[in-house]
Amino acid sequence: MNQSDVAEQAALRPHAEDAFADELAALAEVDDRPRPARWRLSPWAVATYLLGGELPQGRVVSPKYVGPRRIVEVAVSTLATDRALLLLGVPGTAKTWLSEHLAAAVSGDSTLLVQGTAGTAEEAIRYGWNYAQLLAQGPSREALVPSPVMRAMAEGRTARVEELTRMPADVQDTLITVLSEKTLPVPELGEEVQAVRGFNLIATANDRDRGVNELSSALRRRFNTVVLPLPETAEAEVEIVARRVGQLGSSLDLPQAPEGFDEIRRVVTVFRELREGVTDDGRTKLKSPSGTLSTAEAISVVTGGLALAAHFGDGVLRAGDVAAGIRGAVVRDPASDQVVWQEYLEAVVREREGWKDFYRACREVSA
Amino acid sequence: MTAAAHEEGGVAQGFGPAPEAARCGGPTDGPLLLGVRHHGPGSARAVLAALEAYAPRVVLIEGPPEGDAVVHLAGDEAMIPPVALLAHAVNEPGRAAFWPLAEFSPEWVAIRWAVGRGVPVRFIDLPAAHTLAMSEGEEEPHPEGEETVPGGPHGGGAAGDTAPAGAHGPAASRGPAVPCEPALPRASIAAKGPAAVQDAEEVRLDPLAALAEVAGYDDPERWWEDAVEHRRGGYHDPFEPFTALGEAMAELRAVHGDGGHDRDLLREAHMRLRLREAVKEFGSAATAVVCGAWHVPALAEQQQRTVTADRRMLKGLPKVKAEVTWVPWTYRRLARRSGYGAGIASPGWYGHLFAAPDRPVERWMTKVAGLLREQDHPVSSAHVIEAVRLAEALAVMRGRPLAGLTESTDAVRAVLCEGSDVPVALIRERLVVGEALGEVPEGAPAVPLQRDVERRQRAVRLKPAAAEREVDLDLRKDTDAARSRLLHQLRLLGIDWGVPAHSRAGNTGTFRETWRLRWEPELSVRVAEAALWGTTVYEAATAKARSRAVEAPGGTLADITALAEHCLLAHLPDALPAVMRVLADRAALEADVGHLAQALPALVRSLRYGDVRGTDAGALAEVAEGMAARVCVGFPPACAGLGEESAREMRGHLDAAHQAVHLLTRGEECVGGGKAQAGPGLLSRWRGMMRTLAGRDRIPGLLRGRCVRLLLDEGCATDEEAERLMSLVLSPGMPPGEAAAWIEGFLSGGGMLLVHDERLLALVDRWLTGVPAEAFTDVLPLLRRTFAQFEAGVRRTLGE
Repeated sequence: MNQSDVAEQAALRPHAEDAFADELAALAEVDDRPRPARWRLSPWAVATYLLGGELPQGRVVSPKYVGPRRIVEVAVSTLATDRALLLLGVPGTAKTWLSEHLAAAVSGDSTLLVQGTAGTAEEAIRYGWNYAQLLAQGPSREALVPSPVMRAMAEGRTARVEELTRMPADVQDTLITVLSEKTLPVPELGEEVQAVRGFNLIATANDRDRGVNELSSALRRRFNTVVLPLPETAEAEVEIVARRVGQLGSSLDLPQAPEGFDEIRRVVTVFRELREGVTDDGRTKLKSPSGTLSTAEAISVVTGGLALAAHFGDGVLRAGDVAAGIRGAVVRDPASDQVVWQEYLEAVVREREGWKDFYRACREVSA
Repeated sequence: MTAAAHEEGGVAQGFGPAPEAARCGGPTDGPLLLGVRHHGPGSARAVLAALEAYAPRVVLIEGPPEGDAVVHLAGDEAMIPPVALLAHAVNEPGRAAFWPLAEFSPEWVAIRWAVGRGVPVRFIDLPAAHTLAMSEGEEEPHPEGEETVPGGPHGGGAAGDTAPAGAHGPAASRGPAVPCEPALPRASIAAKGPAAVQDAEEVRLDPLAALAEVAGYDDPERWWEDAVEHRRGGYHDPFEPFTALGEAMAELRAVHGDGGHDRDLLREAHMRLRLREAVKEFGSAATAVVCGAWHVPALAEQQQRTVTADRRMLKGLPKVKAEVTWVPWTYRRLARRSGYGAGIASPGWYGHLFAAPDRPVERWMTKVAGLLREQDHPVSSAHVIEAVRLAEALAVMRGRPLAGLTESTDAVRAVLCEGSDVPVALIRERLVVGEALGEVPEGAPAVPLQRDVERRQRAVRLKPAAAEREVDLDLRKDTDAARSRLLHQLRLLGIDWGVPAHSRAGNTGTFRETWRLRWEPELSVRVAEAALWGTTVYEAATAKARSRAVEAPGGTLADITALAEHCLLAHLPDALPAVMRVLADRAALEADVGHLAQALPALVRSLRYGDVRGTDAGALAEVAEGMAARVCVGFPPACAGLGEESAREMRGHLDAAHQAVHLLTRGEECVGGGKAQAGPGLLSRWRGMMRTLAGRDRIPGLLRGRCVRLLLDEGCATDEEAERLMSLVLSPGMPPGEAAAWIEGFLSGGGMLLVHDERLLALVDRWLTGVPAEAFTDVLPLLRRTFAQFEAGVRRTLGE
């Protein structure tokens, strides 16, 4: 194994623009539609890159995002105007994934990234200083350390801000000038960095975090908002959960549980019904609990159940193995969620064909 | 039309194929044929321009010829669209067909144009007398046969006819063709054959879809919008769009023939006859026809077909006596969602497109912003600008000439609604569908509902009289039961001819009803208003009950329960499923157990009424059971930590629900059968719940005591158990107030218990003597209230 192979393998997870470089190149080749300034592809080609499709010479573009076409079209159109894009959604709805691929397709670079945390400082969005230089030479262009946003502005690329609502409100508001005036003043040098055409910004935020650091309406107004939905059909969700559980299980050295597929379906059904507040057959309404019940949680319930089955059971995933996990995911608030869960058990689970074992298991853990 | 028809007709071959283009709207030759898409604002605008340019002396419109008599009313100031032409069989008002017209319907534009200029208007479709008669035998006929028609389902006629077609075709019911038609009429006939409503829809060949497919669109609606509706100002010659469309339709019909709709042939034969008459009278250069684009090629053949052939086709059609009048309509009923199968998805949007002089998207966004501001969403002008820009960017990306409703809605969601679907739903409701309500002048002929009211009044021998009088009804008699139903149905429609009254005889049996009757002149107005809901009392009341259930804004659970009760009283079995659904949904989402417990008794009561009247109350029982189960689950948490006041209120709920559960389960045991199992299940769950309550410390004493008593009375708790619980609560560690409340709950409803059970009495006695002096004054009023309720005999025995 030579040196470069090692270097390549060292990247546990290559950037989108590297992983799909050939698809991007193929698209650029056939793309004859008008491109906005400094875009690598036309909006149409960006949408095709994300949703997948077949190109003239028989080349196939794999779908990156599985979901409503409308969402991708609105997102790409937004980037083509000078409005910033805000992707909202509960955890696990591919917000970050979509933002990375959008940046890769539009600017060919998904690395201009600011991660929002409770400790993110203003410098992460504006600029910092190289203090050795600053002390030695005083304020100068050389002593200035640009942030990813500043670089994106200067180069006309797409910047990304992850978990926008996790940042403190005063740091968030730094973005207002950037998004409305399209400029970043540097008062220490008496100059400014003006955004060139092609600059735009994609932010992601978690629906459930609203209220942590709610966006000010001044900032909110600068964004077009796209809400990413949870998987549309039960089939799709079962598929996602099963695949992910398989990957996790092998890395945790859990035995494969082929008979467990029915149980996965059941977990997904329970999660979907409670989340949507209506049973699968659309005939009975339900109260929804306060928790998210995202696909990611379904995955952890099944993984937990698998571990139980493997270490303490007979290795087959059964109703009893997932019951406690499901109850834990549903009943987040002991007062209100408990009622929701009980009602669900009595009104839906109890009556359902073939769910007797599950009902009994749930009664046991609830008692 | 098919080649076969040609030969048979023995056509005047000599004329040869006249130049197609000229006939389809060419200004020079032949009658002007304007093929339209029903309810298409673009068509409407084009029709107006063409009529202005052509200035015909007579305008022929696809619609029932009986309408000629009332068409002049369209010019009346008081006539405000949306309205509908309504044809109904005189002796059977339930058999009816509607031709709805909005202000953006091409037919309406043509009618207004003609009436305003004194140009005669004639309807040329097959007379309603025939279509109504034919709908009789045809209720279920073709479905399967037609399913295989090439071109697929949906949409009927041509471009024109397709979707929107609402208007035309009465034929409705069966559709051949036209698209339009079928739907509505069928909807109106739904009372007789509800299942029939959909099949015609699915069966119809959709030529528009074929054209759209050729153009590379998957959605014919959008293709039509792009190709025609959005081309404002794109045509220099007012006849050009009609020429192009006529040619396209001729191609389609050459391939598909009549599209599998036999009735179309009849209708078109009749149209040709009427067209020839008009041409003879006014000359072909002065005659204009507005009809679904699908029919244009057939009408263009008028010269090649002989009168005799057409006459022969129409011979011997069944006939009923039909009347036509105008009724007010709403955008909501024009919308496809409302069950009007031939409706359009977005009447409000079309109305906007038609009314906006220019910049439709900008004006639309401004409207949306106005609505959102009314709802206290912060929306600035900058938002509106951005929304318009995004809509335009989306249109470019999707390769459309102009942003349409889809783009606008996407942009509104992303920019104005912050990605949320809630305000989007509101916009859909209020703007996209719209709330417009039409009006009809007073001079319009009586509506069929009026006739149905009169008929039913005669049938049950109740005369409307201005003088007030009271009637007692014995529901066990057929006539009285029918009277009761009529009165309840009218009340549901807001026609308060009779008002329930208290019986003088004081008879409270569930089979008796007392009504106070008085017919006031304004009730006739109410009847006319109610005509919107249907053509018979039954149908109208059903429709109204359904819509009240679905749309009741913020109605409480009790409101819906009352509505359900009303439906049972008025005997509206077709409305019940919808009402029950809403009831079940509301119950599921109701967070306040008090409300649930309150609604439950009424529901159970309705169940018993249902028994008296022989209605099927199976659905009701299911809902009631579900509700009782929810009360079981929700009661314990709701009772925890209540104050005295609310505990007292909750006790009322507990007693009421307890009774209701018993009625419910007993009823089931009697009925027996499959449900018998659920009964005991519910009852034992209910008892289990009371047991939980009785044993839980955080529950107020009043409720705990009550539960123990109820369990004891039912024999579900032994004396020993009760005694143990009582001694627990009366032990010295308990606050005296709490203990007194427990006793109140336990003893309310009879103190005989203490007389017979020495041990219980001894417990109370011992506790009472142990209450400290300072607490005694607090406890005294409670105890006094408890014991004051006992009968004198019991009190005396206890005292001794």
